Amino acid sequence: MSVLVNKNSKVIVQGFTGSEGTFHAEQMIAYGTNVVGGVTPGKGGSSHLERPVFNTVLDAVQKTGADVSIIFVPAGFAADAIMEAADAGIKVVVCITEGIPVKDMISAKEFVKSKNCRLIGPNCPGIITADEAKVGIMPGFVFKKGKIGIVSKSGTLTYEAADQIVKAGLGVTTAIGIGGDPIIGTTTKEAVELLMNDPETEGIVMIGEIGGSLEAEAARWIKENGNKKPVVGFIAGQTAPKGRTMGHAGAIVGGKDDTAEAKMAIMRECGIHVVESPAIIGKTMAAVLKGEKVTA
Amino acid sequence: MEIIYFLQKAIIMNLHEYQGKQILKSFGVTIQEGIVADTPEKAIEAAKELKVKYGSDFVVIKAQIHAGGRGKGGGVKLAKNLDEVKEKASAIIGMNLVTPQTKKEGKKVNKVLITQDVYYPGESPTKEFYMSVLLDRSKGHNVIIYTTEGGMDIEEVAEKTPHLIWKEEVDPKVGLRDYQCRKIAFNLGLSGNAFKEMTKFAANLYKAYDSCDASLFEINPVLKTSDNKIIAVDAKVTLDGNSLFRHADYEAMRDLSEEDPIEVEAGNAGLNYVKLDGNVGCMVNGAGLAMATMDIIKLSGGDPANFLDVGGTANAERVEKAFRIILQDKNVKAILVNIFGGIVRCDRVAQGIVDAYKNMGNIEVPIIIRLQGTNAIEAKKIIDDSGLKVFSAIQLQDAADLVAKVLKN
Repeated sequence: MSVLVNKNSKVIVQGFTGSEGTFHAEQMIAYGTNVVGGVTPGKGGSSHLERPVFNTVLDAVQKTGADVSIIFVPAGFAADAIMEAADAGIKVVVCITEGIPVKDMISAKEFVKSKNCRLIGPNCPGIITADEAKVGIMPGFVFKKGKIGIVSKSGTLTYEAADQIVKAGLGVTTAIGIGGDPIIGTTTKEAVELLMNDPETEGIVMIGEIGGSLEAEAARWIKENGNKKPVVGFIAGQTAPKGRTMGHAGAIVGGKDDTAEAKMAIMRECGIHVVESPAIIGKTMAAVLKGEKVTA
Repeated sequence: MEIIYFLQKAIIMNLHEYQGKQILKSFGVTIQEGIVADTPEKAIEAAKELKVKYGSDFVVIKAQIHAGGRGKGGGVKLAKNLDEVKEKASAIIGMNLVTPQTKKEGKKVNKVLITQDVYYPGESPTKEFYMSVLLDRSKGHNVIIYTTEGGMDIEEVAEKTPHLIWKEEVDPKVGLRDYQCRKIAFNLGLSGNAFKEMTKFAANLYKAYDSCDASLFEINPVLKTSDNKIIAVDAKVTLDGNSLFRHADYEAMRDLSEEDPIEVEAGNAGLNYVKLDGNVGCMVNGAGLAMATMDIIKLSGGDPANFLDVGGTANAERVEKAFRIILQDKNVKAILVNIFGGIVRCDRVAQGIVDAYKNMGNIEVPIIIRLQGTNAIEAKKIIDDSGLKVFSAIQLQDAADLVAKVLKN
């Protein structure tokens, strides 16, 4: 078992023949991911990295049976690529692209909701199920197989957490980088829920950042559902100053729950083992699993 | 309390009031008209021109800076004749305007907007409302916020009289509908011509927000004039920086003089840098890890002097630029470099650091270098064998301990 992707996933790469797409497709293949082809409009019928190139995602799905897609399309075209994948019947769409206009993502998210499809990202490192499939841009060697699931908003901080988890002798089941944009396909809560329901995952690391209310929402869900597995949490940005912006309206739509302090307090109340230092994520998870009392 | 954090700075673009109004007008929103001036002489010319058009001697002089609360700081003044225009414009142009939204040293005013007086007497009393459009992140769609309590600090209204604030959510499938605009006008207690004008105002305001890829349009106050027109007296507008590729006309409105010059320089070099007030500089790859590194500096007894994300290519050139930018800050007593090499190889980064260090001659402050990930051991060897006066670490905790040790000496 694992979540979202595994060794049977048939993965296509959108933006396959571009430099980013090519580089990361090679890395994913080297990791053992079952990359069955890619899409670059206008290059259909050719071959790239010994795999077929298609003009449309629908062609790729019909010819290869692909069920997962990873997107390396430039920001101006990425929302369209997400919708094309969802429309073609792809079940899990991972969008790596950074800098997609919010307006485009509002439409894309709305469209994805109407299809039987899960979107991860955009502006995220992707998903990796250790030793099975890497559908992302993370350094695969860091993620050794084990029993801890990771949900994170940021890239390199995810690698840091995974490295600590592996060095603590625990290893990783699946790591999900949900991305840090204002509009993302899968929230912290939804990703945590997937890992809670995964029998192989024995503990969850939840990494957030200041801003938004995703971590608070996830924390409350964890508590309401009986804290079935231990969760270690970290929120980056305890020392980040608030920005000075022109308007005031954000304060009314957003929550009061979006500072690191507020989020950490809510997470603690909900039974999450919150660490103040990002250097002790792995150590803390190991101690929690042993049933030791943790004072972080 | 503001919820938009400094990290998002890079992806939004603020506009001046006069620019925001220009956009509103182009979408059919009635605005308080005005003319921009950067000298007292031009301010007088503008006032004369407004008198010809609108028949009143009264004008309002408004400082154009990227911050709210301008009135509180003395940046908005009524002038009743040309002598007062000269006197007040002279005082405002060039001043350092301090508002609750600026840094404590304030912001220099380079331009003022000379505007028509819209609070003229007439058949009915004037009335001020508030209206804004922005994204509700948790719901993933746009929302219009409005209240009868205009002209005031909206956060205070939200706190003291939350029942007076209404929200109208916009369904992305169908956009803002007419019935929603009518609901807004009814809730604001309007009738007759003012009602019709308000429905048009709301519809056109949303059209402007949607069409120009904005992150925020905040109009405070929205004024019902004594002759029942609905007009935007102010405009705070921020655009989605990621969408500027399709709005060259709005991109041209960027005012670099409103931005920190070092941050602009860093941005041009591909670095995301924000200066802070602490004593330990840092250089990190990835925004989340950069914030986590700032947190660890604090836990080690220091205070972060900056946020700096070097991005995906930590080559010698970029590292050197980053060092130079961090060292412009004389408060920096130590620098922590924290790179998690995934795709980028640590040994290459290490070589980049050594080259940059040698290029720069003597760096006075101690540097702690933590490289983890691909080829981390080779990287540590390169650093340790370089003969440079730097401390190296692989584990994050070791780096934190080194920061604490360096600060003690």
